[in-house]
Amino acid sequence: MADSAEPLFVASHLHKRFGHQVVLEEITLAFRQGEVSGIMGPNGAGKTTCFNVLTGRYKPDRGQVRFDGEDITGLPPRTIARKGVSRSFQLINLFNDFTALESILVALPEVRERGFNMIGSLSRDSAAMDRAAAILQQVGLAGKEREPSKMLSYGDRRALEIAVALAPEPRILFLDEPTSGMGTQATIRLANLLADLKRRYTMVIIEHDMKFLFELADRISVIHWGQVIAEGSPAELRANKWVQASNLGKLA
Amino acid sequence: MALKPSTSEGLVTRPMLILFAVLVSLPLWIETVGLYQYLGIEIVVWMIYALGFNLLLGYTGLPSFGHGAYFGVGAYAFGLVQLRVVESLWLGLLVGILAAMVAGALVAGLISHRRGIYYALMTIACGQVFWFTAMKWRSVTGGEDGLLNVARPTIDLGLFSIGLRGNTPLYYLAVALFGVTVIGLWRLVHSRFGTVLKAIKQNEMRAGFVGYNVWLYKFLVFTISAGIAGLAGSLFAMAQKSAYPDVMSLHAAGLVVMMTLIGGGFVSFWGPVVGATVFFLARDLLGAFTETWLLWYGLMFMGIVLFKPEGIAGAWQEAVRRRRTARARTVADLSDSRRK
Repeated sequence: MADSAEPLFVASHLHKRFGHQVVLEEITLAFRQGEVSGIMGPNGAGKTTCFNVLTGRYKPDRGQVRFDGEDITGLPPRTIARKGVSRSFQLINLFNDFTALESILVALPEVRERGFNMIGSLSRDSAAMDRAAAILQQVGLAGKEREPSKMLSYGDRRALEIAVALAPEPRILFLDEPTSGMGTQATIRLANLLADLKRRYTMVIIEHDMKFLFELADRISVIHWGQVIAEGSPAELRANKWVQASNLGKLA
Repeated sequence: MALKPSTSEGLVTRPMLILFAVLVSLPLWIETVGLYQYLGIEIVVWMIYALGFNLLLGYTGLPSFGHGAYFGVGAYAFGLVQLRVVESLWLGLLVGILAAMVAGALVAGLISHRRGIYYALMTIACGQVFWFTAMKWRSVTGGEDGLLNVARPTIDLGLFSIGLRGNTPLYYLAVALFGVTVIGLWRLVHSRFGTVLKAIKQNEMRAGFVGYNVWLYKFLVFTISAGIAGLAGSLFAMAQKSAYPDVMSLHAAGLVVMMTLIGGGFVSFWGPVVGATVFFLARDLLGAFTETWLLWYGLMFMGIVLFKPEGIAGAWQEAVRRRRTARARTVADLSDSRRK
C-alpha cells in the first residue's frame, strides 16, 4: 500500500454526466479494509451509476478512483476485476444457459487464467469444481449445482448473482441492491449470508431496505442528486437531520 | 464432489464414427440412389464451412453475415498459388487458410468491440469490401470471371502420390480434411476456451466483469472461424477448378447462415452438418421437379424460423427426449400393473 493511512478504496470528486443530465456531481467516498459500507438514497440518485464508475463500466468525466493506493480511473472492467474488485448487479446478470456450477467455474481466477487453452476440458478440473461447489454451498445453493441458472427460483438466482461475484475471491465486493425484488423470508436468508460474509470481505452495498442496511453496515453514505449528502455510522445517521427530513429517516 | 467427465467430450465420439462411416462409404452408393460423385464434394466442403461458421454464430453468439468473404479469400489464395507460384496441394491449402485468417483478423480487429446488430452490420459491410475487391481487382482476381483453370494438384505424400483429377479422390481428400476439422472443432468447443466462448455468448458484459478479455476472445474465434472458411474455400477452388466472386456475395454468405439455422446450429454441434446436407439435397431433389426450388427452400426456412427456431437438430433432440420419457412411462406402467 502506498500509504497505510489511505483507505482500501477511494473515490474522489467524481463527476459524470450523460448529455445534459448530470448524474454524479462531486462524489467523494472512501471504503476501509474490513468494513461494510452502505450506500443509500432515493431512486435515480446516482447510486448505480456511481458503482458503474467505480467498477469501470463508465469513465468518470472528472475525478479519481483509487484502489489499494493505485489509480484505477477509467480502466476497463476486466482490468479492475483482475485487481480484486468484484461486483454484483441490481438486475440479475447471469450466464443463463450455464448450470449454477458452470457459472461459478468460469468466474474462478484459476479457470480464467487458462481460458485460452483450446484443448483441455474444464470438466476434468476437479479442483476447480470442488472450489465452485464450495462457493455455491456458502451461498446456500448446495444440491443445485446441476440446475441451469435460468431454472432456479428468483431468490436462488439472487444468491447465484452474489456467488459469481464471490468466486474471484475479491478484495472488495460491490453489491448492487442484493435484496431487490425479494420477499421477507428470502431477505432474511440473504441478511444471514451477508452477515456471514462480513467477517471475510470488505463490502460496499447499495440498498433500499433501510433496516437491512442499518443492521449490516459499519458506515453509510447517503447519495442524493448525485452528491453525498450525509455520511456516518448507522447511529450517527439516525441522528442526522437531513436523513430524518427525508423519508429515509422514518425507518431508522 | 467428483464429477465424471461426460463421454460426449471424448476425442472421437460415436456420432462422429457413424458420420465418417457414411461419408467414407458414400462413393460406393451415391450413384445407386440416383445422385452423383461431385455432389459429395460440395456437401462436405459446405459442411466444413458451416461448422466453422457455427463456431461464431452458435457457440459465441456472433452474427457474421459476410462470412463468404473468407471462403472466397481461401479460394482465391489457393487458386493464385496454383496459377502463379507452384502447383502444390499443401502449400495451396496452407496459404488458403492463412490468407483467410489474415483477412478474418483484419475484420475482427475492426469489429470485435461491437455486439448484436452493429456487429452483424459491420460483418456485412466488411464482407462487401472483399466482394467488391474481388470484382474490381482484375489483375489479381480476374474480375467477374475469376481465376480459371485452377489445378487440382496431386497429393504428394513422399513415398507415393495421389492424383486428384477424378472426383472420387478429391472427395476423399475433402472427407479427410472434414474429419480433421470435426475432431478439432469438437475439442475446441469442449475446451476451456470453448467454455469461455459460451459464457461470452450468454452474457458478454458479465464475462468482462469477471475479468475476461472479451475483445481478444471474439478476435481469436473470428480468426479461427475465418481460417476454417478458408480451408473450405480452398477445397471449393479445387472442386470448381476456379475461384470467382459469387461465393463472396451477400447471397452466398446468406446461404451458410440459413444452413446453420435450418440444421440447428444453436442447439447442436451437428446442426451445420445437417443443414448443409439438407440444402444440397433440396437443391438437387426439389430442383429436379421445379426451377423455383429456392422459393420452397426459403419457405421451409421461414417455417423453421417461425415454428422450430432450434432447427432440425432441435426437433430431433425433442423427439428423442419424448420417446425416452414415453418409454420410461411404459416401463413404469408395466411394473405397476405387475405389482397389481
